[in-house]
Amino acid sequence: MMSWAAANLWLIPALPLAAAAILAFTRRPHRQLAAILSIGAMSVAFVFALIAFISTLGTRAERSVYNFDWLALGSTSVKLGWVLDPLSAVMLLMVTFVGTLIFIFSVGYMANDPNFTRFFCFLSLFAAAMLGLVMSNSLLGLFICWELVGLASYLLIGFWFQKPSAAAAAKKAFIVTRIGDLGLFLGMVWLYAQTGTLLFYDNGNGCLEASALSKLVAQATLNSMAVSTAISLLIFCGAVGKSGQVPLHVWLPDAMEGPTPVSALIHAATMVAAGVFLVARVYPLMDADPANVPGASTALTVVTWVGAITAIFAALIAVAQNDIKRILAYSTVSQLGYMMVGIGVGGYAVGMFHLITHAFFKALLFLGAGSVIHGTHERQDIRDLGGLRKYMPLTFVTYAIGMMALAGVPLFFSGFWSKDEILFSAWAWKGGRGPFYIALCGALLTAFYMTRQVVYVFFGSYRSHSETQHVHESPRVMLAPLIVLAAFSILLSVVGTPFWPVFHEYLTGHHGEMGSGVITVMLISTAVVAVGLLAGWWIYTRKPLTSADPLESDIYYVLKNKFFVDEIYDVTVVKLNAWTARATRWLDDFVWQGAVIAVSYLVLGLAWINRLIDEFVVNPGFDQGCGGFRLSARALSFWQNGQVQRYLRFIGLAAAGLAALLIWGWRK
Amino acid sequence: MSLQHYLIVSALLFAVGLGGALTRRNAILVLIGVELMLNAANLNFIAFWRYGPNPELFTGIIFVIFSIAIAAAEAAVGLALIIAVYRHYRTVRLDRIDSLKG
Repeated sequence: MMSWAAANLWLIPALPLAAAAILAFTRRPHRQLAAILSIGAMSVAFVFALIAFISTLGTRAERSVYNFDWLALGSTSVKLGWVLDPLSAVMLLMVTFVGTLIFIFSVGYMANDPNFTRFFCFLSLFAAAMLGLVMSNSLLGLFICWELVGLASYLLIGFWFQKPSAAAAAKKAFIVTRIGDLGLFLGMVWLYAQTGTLLFYDNGNGCLEASALSKLVAQATLNSMAVSTAISLLIFCGAVGKSGQVPLHVWLPDAMEGPTPVSALIHAATMVAAGVFLVARVYPLMDADPANVPGASTALTVVTWVGAITAIFAALIAVAQNDIKRILAYSTVSQLGYMMVGIGVGGYAVGMFHLITHAFFKALLFLGAGSVIHGTHERQDIRDLGGLRKYMPLTFVTYAIGMMALAGVPLFFSGFWSKDEILFSAWAWKGGRGPFYIALCGALLTAFYMTRQVVYVFFGSYRSHSETQHVHESPRVMLAPLIVLAAFSILLSVVGTPFWPVFHEYLTGHHGEMGSGVITVMLISTAVVAVGLLAGWWIYTRKPLTSADPLESDIYYVLKNKFFVDEIYDVTVVKLNAWTARATRWLDDFVWQGAVIAVSYLVLGLAWINRLIDEFVVNPGFDQGCGGFRLSARALSFWQNGQVQRYLRFIGLAAAGLAALLIWGWRK
Repeated sequence: MSLQHYLIVSALLFAVGLGGALTRRNAILVLIGVELMLNAANLNFIAFWRYGPNPELFTGIIFVIFSIAIAAAEAAVGLALIIAVYRHYRTVRLDRIDSLKG
């Protein structure tokens, strides 16, 4: 049985796609059309997503799938399809909702940009691809949309391509994520070779269902690793690239060169979450392990550790950044690490809850940052800002809510509950307590750097000289999304508390139980957050802020330079690449080109000989033959001049000759 | 009068006709030359018949009468050809008519 919502699920991505297609052919001045069309398509998609979401409520995690042949190759066919289950429904709802709000915000933020319609075209394309990604029932379909969001991200990061830094950032994002995608592609090919299908769910024949999984687990590959683990790790490579996990995180902070709504939509709320979503989607595969310990398979252990390292690594860097968006970018990387830890240690529901709450408060923070940048005329360095509390009160309030949600201030903020769930799962994890302690340090740092940022931006006094009269609060079209997102940053906490875990039950279909130690972990995390907040407040409000950070030191210098990861890549990967390029160029110039030249000279020589034979042997012979023919023809044509009487003369001569012959020949 | 006399006359007549046919430029005169040569041949027929082994048979006379009849027809055809040639080329001078040249 398939509900109406499940059968027509394709409409959700189709609407923004249609909007993008129309806008691609719309001329620049039609700004209003662009805004109405894309926001309209997105809101209708949101309504559909809401209907789909409601139809999955209370179904105990049932799945309705719809598959179809995409490409028939002989007797086999490549199938695509879509799936409506709680996981996709909640993602569809989140993406359309946050997307709609960000679209609305963009109307205000991009109001003065000449390429307004192009911007909305790209945004709609991105939304369509992202929605297609989350509802896809086939790894291939997911991969197609995955690359499409990558493309949209590239286009949007490089939206202001006249800035060299933006163009470079776009290229960097595209290339770095492509490294991860190669892993995903290999995993996909391998999976297809092993199971013969890329559909996730197909009435027992899908690659995430029991029969395929048991087959994958039973086989061993290199180093006696199960095939399922190897494929999981390859697929996880894709997630590492897309979700900015160490060591492929370098593109995400640079991606902040794009317009701020893009940073909010793509590089905080949705696209970067696609990696986390992918891991959640293939969770059964990740979880499959010959040792058969649920929740602690090799693949999930790797996911957990990569996530934990990313969480602390990015949080440390965020402490020393000065660009308002860059801080948020590193914070995003760090939170994505948390999500990975959540999936690794506690199942996909835990990670997904943090993904959803994070999408809301991080979108809120980015839009708040956008509001600050807009209101102060493109100032992004927090050392130049300050005291904005007085000039932009609404932005300040909503930003503070987002900041407290991110920092995990207890009880009233969604971030606290989702982070707490991760911490608790890490605490109770079978694979050891290491990730728990790392995540705890990360929580401390998160509270600290967010406090630092808020103090820098909103407290004290404005540090850019004499321009205070120009600072203004943002227009209403920008403030409304902020308020809605702030409301949801608080309200979402209701569904995920350990006392009433609706979200968890909805996603997994199992009744959640409150494990022992929940309260202890909660108290510990509260204490840690309080320490972080107070430390930040104490350090940064003690003295009036100057351009020098109070923490200036050697370690701070390392953090400020992001652990020199970019520089390390420059001297290793990039250098190696350049060196290889030079080597191949040298090879090209001297070896291959030499070979080509040698061959060409050989051909030239042969041609020369050929020409000599032609000119001195064939041609004269032929000419002579022709000359002979010509001479004889001329001689003969002299006789045949058309004069009848001449012919008659010859006849007469011949007759005379004949007569002479007859007369004298007879005698003999 | 013996056979040789007739043959000499006939040979002269033939030579005159051949000379006319070879040297004249006018097609009609060439035709006349041809007729002369034909008549020389007819004279040969009569002479060889008269001095031959069977002068009592009329073979020679009959042959020559046929020959003269055919010569008349040939003259008609020849003249008709000359008229056709004249209509086509506006001339009957044979040195101007050399389209047989290969």
